Amino acid sequence: MTPTYYLVLSAALFCVGAVGVLIRRNAIVVFMSVELMLNAGNLALVTFARINGSLDGQIMAFFVMVVAAAEVVVGLAIIMSIFRTRRSASVDDSNLLKY
Amino acid sequence: MNPVLAADITLPHINYGAIAPILILLGMACVGVLAEAFLPRTLRYPVQVLVSLVAQVAGLATIIGLALSNYAKKPTLTAGDALAVDGPGLFLQGAVLVLGIVATLLIAERSVERGGAFVAQAAVTAGSEADAEQARRQPSQTEIFPLSLFALGGMMLFVSANDLLTMFVALEVFSLPLYLMCALARRRRLLSQEAAVKYFLLGAFSSAFFVYGIAMLYGFAGSVKFHDIAVAAISSGKSDLLMFIGLAMLAIGLLFKAAAVPFHVWTPDVYQGAPTPVTALMASCTKVAAFGGILRIFYVAFLDSRWDWRPVIGVIAVLTMVIGAILAVTQTDIKRLLAYSSIANAGYVLTGVLAMQKDGISSSLFYLVTYGFTVLAAFGLVTLVRDQDGEATHLSRWAGLGRKAPVLAGVFTFLMLSFAGIPLTSGFTGKFAVFSAALGGGQTTLVIFGVLSSVLLAFPYLRVVVLMYLQEPAADAPTVAVPGALTSAALAIGAIVTLLLGVWPSVLLDVANSAAQFVG
Repeated sequence: MTPTYYLVLSAALFCVGAVGVLIRRNAIVVFMSVELMLNAGNLALVTFARINGSLDGQIMAFFVMVVAAAEVVVGLAIIMSIFRTRRSASVDDSNLLKY
Repeated sequence: MNPVLAADITLPHINYGAIAPILILLGMACVGVLAEAFLPRTLRYPVQVLVSLVAQVAGLATIIGLALSNYAKKPTLTAGDALAVDGPGLFLQGAVLVLGIVATLLIAERSVERGGAFVAQAAVTAGSEADAEQARRQPSQTEIFPLSLFALGGMMLFVSANDLLTMFVALEVFSLPLYLMCALARRRRLLSQEAAVKYFLLGAFSSAFFVYGIAMLYGFAGSVKFHDIAVAAISSGKSDLLMFIGLAMLAIGLLFKAAAVPFHVWTPDVYQGAPTPVTALMASCTKVAAFGGILRIFYVAFLDSRWDWRPVIGVIAVLTMVIGAILAVTQTDIKRLLAYSSIANAGYVLTGVLAMQKDGISSSLFYLVTYGFTVLAAFGLVTLVRDQDGEATHLSRWAGLGRKAPVLAGVFTFLMLSFAGIPLTSGFTGKFAVFSAALGGGQTTLVIFGVLSSVLLAFPYLRVVVLMYLQEPAADAPTVAVPGALTSAALAIGAIVTLLLGVWPSVLLDVANSAAQFVG
């Protein structure tokens, strides 16, 4: 099986994630969509590592995973603190700052 | 079966001396975290302020030492080519620290608002009984100091990163603390938390683009080192499509941090909602870091393919200057006005960057420092105009301030004139530098739009001045707090540097000129 299929899959995952960020309302789901985009990046990195015959891409995927984990910690803390006050995680309710 | 698995792993040589400034900042940030964990509550504030300032001054001294010991002339790569210690890198690291010290003074101020501008316990539900209690009585938490040290250390790493992976990790190291710092305002906590959510979700979205761009460029060049990408870009037989997709996604991630149109929508909301000292830090230091990364990527990795991407980035620069200026005209809140002005200013720096020659680098470096000092002083003054709800940021509340507080209004007028680019201020010399560099680089169209945009942008600034002097103060006009020693120092530094670099710009321009050579 040629590695190109994995690139197509990764591009499809990235697009699904990007569309999810743009159309979903719940902050947690939006954030999950961002994680999907990051993992699409990981898949592309690993596939290119295979195509290029070097290990760099696989190592980079580990770095991206660690950074994504750190991002989850910060992100959930922020979303939790706003949820406690508003009793809602909808991004549409965050409408105090505009114009 | 797979030959690469058999390769030996050799550890890269690390020149600890050359990366000492970054190590000092990140190390002292860890000391700050330990102090937070083990010191009694009363001791934390003085210790944290001391640790924070000592770390930045020591880092700055090390950078000056490195620059004087000819690292600027004889640039080196270290840590397996992951970090570059060269003129622009050292200059930008120094700029981040100098601006960071002034921002730290604003963050550490505790007399303007009793207990400081930050929440005592961020976990307390906003609007509850306990929240009102903490806003009235308890002093600010001191986690803000280690957080800001981590952010500054990440920015320094970001501007000297010489491969895309290091750059991505550094981007997150400085972004994650900033997301948290946005959520820590003492008053109007819902606005502050909303700003943090918006900044976080959009920031994570843009770094996902950055990661995918890295993956594409890795597929294109087989490496993420800038030098290898530059070599791959001129060799034939590689897929240009991968390179352009990668570069476009990378640019989205970077231009988001720099707040360029159309990736600017977070800026006004975040600048308004975040605690004002943090806004000052973001407007000055983050802008330096973002443009440091943009300069290095464009001038090291993609210099030879500039004929292909320069028109696209040129369109973004024009949009940034024009839309930033137009939307600044319509603003009614001083923090949002300054946010749109910072968007327009990002366009001016981008104009300098697109000159794509040596004075493009030096003028951009110079502009970033001049803008940083002026914007720090401006946000410092915004913290002083207060009523019983905290800062009074609506423009109508500023009517007649010239009579109530002549000194504050005078300094603010001076800063506004600098933003508007009046001669004898650093705003003029900075704009002159970037526009003449862009003219020298053949970017006449950009300069025309830049001058038009600065004329347009002068209107909202002068409107604030007119408002302060020519209108009667309202009966319930806000009071002007007496700045404490720390805020006074920050304001004085900002205003004096704005004047000094307007009258005598060659002090800094010479340094920027001698630093403007990237290591390849």
